[in-house]
Amino acid sequence: MRFTRTSKALGIVAIAALALTGCGAGGGSNDGASQSAGDPNKVITAYNSEPQNPLLPANTNETNGGRVINLLFEGLRSYDPDGKAVNALAESIESPDAQNWTIKIKPGQKFTNGEAITAKTFVDTWNFAANSTNLQNNSFFFESIAGYEDVSAVTTEKSADGKTTTTPAPTAESMSGLKATDDSTLTVKLAQPEADWSLRLGYSAFYPLPSAALKDPKTYGENPVGNGPYKLEKTGAWVHDQSISLVKNADYNGTRPAKNGGVTFKFYTDPSPAYTDLQADNLDITDVLPSNATKTYVTDFQDRNATKPVATNGTLNIPGYNPNFQGEAGKLRRQALSYAINREEITKVVFNGTRTPAKAFAPPVIDGFKADLKGSEVLKFDAAKAKDLWAQAEKIQPYDNSKPLQIASNTDGGHKEWIDAVANGFKNNLGIQAEIQPFAKFAEVLNLRKSQELPGLTRAGWQGDYPSLYNFLGPVWATGASSNYEKYSNPEFDKLLQEGLAAKTTDAANDKFNQAQEVLFEDLPGLPLWDYAKPIVWSNNVVKAETGWNGEILYYNITAK
Amino acid sequence: MVRFILRRLLQVIPVFIGTTLLVYYMVFALPGDPIAALFGDRQPPQAVIDTLRSQYHLDEPFWVQYGLFLRNLFTFNLGNDFTGQPIAATLARVFPVTAMLAVEALIIQAVFGVAFGVFAGLRRGGWFDSTVLVASLVVIAVPTFVLGFVFQLIFGVNLGWAKPTVGASADWGNLLLPAVVLGLVSFAYVLRLTRASVSESMNADYVRTATAKGLSRPRVVLAHILRNSLIPVVTYLGANLGGLMGGAIVTEGIFNVPGVGNKLYQAVLRTEGPTIVSIVSVLVLVFVAANLLVDLLYAWLDPRIRYDQ
Repeated sequence: MRFTRTSKALGIVAIAALALTGCGAGGGSNDGASQSAGDPNKVITAYNSEPQNPLLPANTNETNGGRVINLLFEGLRSYDPDGKAVNALAESIESPDAQNWTIKIKPGQKFTNGEAITAKTFVDTWNFAANSTNLQNNSFFFESIAGYEDVSAVTTEKSADGKTTTTPAPTAESMSGLKATDDSTLTVKLAQPEADWSLRLGYSAFYPLPSAALKDPKTYGENPVGNGPYKLEKTGAWVHDQSISLVKNADYNGTRPAKNGGVTFKFYTDPSPAYTDLQADNLDITDVLPSNATKTYVTDFQDRNATKPVATNGTLNIPGYNPNFQGEAGKLRRQALSYAINREEITKVVFNGTRTPAKAFAPPVIDGFKADLKGSEVLKFDAAKAKDLWAQAEKIQPYDNSKPLQIASNTDGGHKEWIDAVANGFKNNLGIQAEIQPFAKFAEVLNLRKSQELPGLTRAGWQGDYPSLYNFLGPVWATGASSNYEKYSNPEFDKLLQEGLAAKTTDAANDKFNQAQEVLFEDLPGLPLWDYAKPIVWSNNVVKAETGWNGEILYYNITAK
Repeated sequence: MVRFILRRLLQVIPVFIGTTLLVYYMVFALPGDPIAALFGDRQPPQAVIDTLRSQYHLDEPFWVQYGLFLRNLFTFNLGNDFTGQPIAATLARVFPVTAMLAVEALIIQAVFGVAFGVFAGLRRGGWFDSTVLVASLVVIAVPTFVLGFVFQLIFGVNLGWAKPTVGASADWGNLLLPAVVLGLVSFAYVLRLTRASVSESMNADYVRTATAKGLSRPRVVLAHILRNSLIPVVTYLGANLGGLMGGAIVTEGIFNVPGVGNKLYQAVLRTEGPTIVSIVSVLVLVFVAANLLVDLLYAWLDPRIRYDQ
């Protein structure tokens, strides 16, 4: 998942402008009788930006496209507002051993073009998505299925100047573990047992596609036909850089029925104009606030805002290649750094309550979350302890204080404020120099993270793809994992993750994952900072709105006045 | 005349190659990997990254990339941007919107600027002149983005006279508010330029002669004073049109206008060389055309000016 990185090019001025709104905000709420009932046919306008790719579920790994995809499609399962996975297209999902899964599909399900959705639909869609020649961004979501390595195979060539190029070279057309025994039965064999596999089936990568999509994905992606609570208003409803219009799908009979007539996403390149539009009721809802509004939205939108914890967290990663943080002394120093961060105060002062201090490596909204894990006491601010640990480390190996400890981050997303606060904590409590290492763009930091060239610490964030503890641990901290850029590796951690995946029940799996987290607390390859809460605001045209477990607005649940 | 136009058009070639080369090189020199920037913390499979990279020739050296861009340009195939959208379609979408905005702003500043300037210049030192001078100074002193936010708030949010943003509904009416903001600063300059040259030509010999001949006051003002005063104003307006087309980034950002400035800003954020340079290429042509038009207007305004010597 990609982070929406707000730009604040116009931010400073916006503060001045927003200060003026104090005198004129209001407009008053309409307290007529219509308020409670809501108009089921009214169309809601919502904030979004231009999606990056043609709208194919397995290719959409950024929030702009994700908002649309999740309304256009319905998967085997879906997530309720609290993040609980419930069966949607699936009638039942069963497995005796967490490795061989039998999925029964509800009869009579159709795409909006009339094409029936059967077990074969899923076999074809998933084989398409996993096939490396189709270059789908989310293809690795199918990696657990037996035979994935055949359809996803690539060849890597090294040219004379040392550059490597990876080209798709699948050796099979379909995954051997994926079979449609009859129209309503899908059997899936995984390469190894994975207890939380069925939790993933609500994620967009697993949505079904009609046959036209597989023949010509690019054309289809401009005018996608799905099976979700909404459909495109008409062919060409996606006007690039401007808007995309969805209307209620009258034939939809799933778990997320639309309570409004449709959703029109208006595209913005910056959240500031959207905020102004909301104040004038020219836009109905947004989940992206300009960085200068995080303190004012509660008063600007009295009774028209909500803030809910979401499955996203932030960490401060400590690369293992930094000589200051290696060995026994390094371990003590990592703990000292963690004790020196006053999470309580920063979340209150800088983030105004839109973040809460981290309690573990995963946020509390995730099923199986446990506070007070062994080693989690390092997350509490304790200046004396920090000083003490740092002094102990000094005795083992002196710290090189010739250069300041740098904290790398892109500065276009409002990160500078809290990094300054963290750096000050290091300075005041540990007596070392510390400062932000600013980058104009996220990509620059990412490149240096990948090539292991950052001199100091780096900011990292993770948004859950599906509500599972594993999703916050595996992709980020397992050896060789796709987002483990600092290349942390601990065989014990990997082993506990594998045991968790192989567990028969979710509870047993979560026990193992929590044990794995205790290994992370021992090693501290990254310092958990805080968990995110997502504020949303809405216009006078909306009765009430809320966000789901991942911070996405539940557009289908919005009622209009 | 024809030779003059041809010569000017030939000048376009070095200007065009120079600007595109420079801009392309600056984009090329920007740090960061544009393909990695397309994705966030969650990177796609390596094969996707490598395919995109070779598709957009990002693995080639600068001269090859620039050469390929020029080849594409001359075969009228601008290719796709990093999100797979054809660049030509993007240009066809954004330029009409910005052209509408620019023309509206140009009309506002030309009509009101010249009219106010003439009145102020004719009654130099009068109450109208003094008021307008002070007001225009205030407008020039306040940055465009402040004006933008304040106007948006007053007329868009508080009074509700106009939609606070333009978005998908870009028409003459909805673009009026951003056009006023965009045209306001130049309006002040046009006003002051007109005022200065009007009050200057009022004392000129030909004006005295015209009055002495017994011509009516309106005839003297329109045919003699105004026409001769327009040369510096037209020069300014011509140069301004190019600026309005390309430099509306701030205004388009505030009012969410889906035009050139907004697209350019996004393309720069994404270090999308081809998109940036394609937009700049069109802007170069607009600049050159606007300047040529200004030069031709000179001859109409002042018959003494000849081109073919």
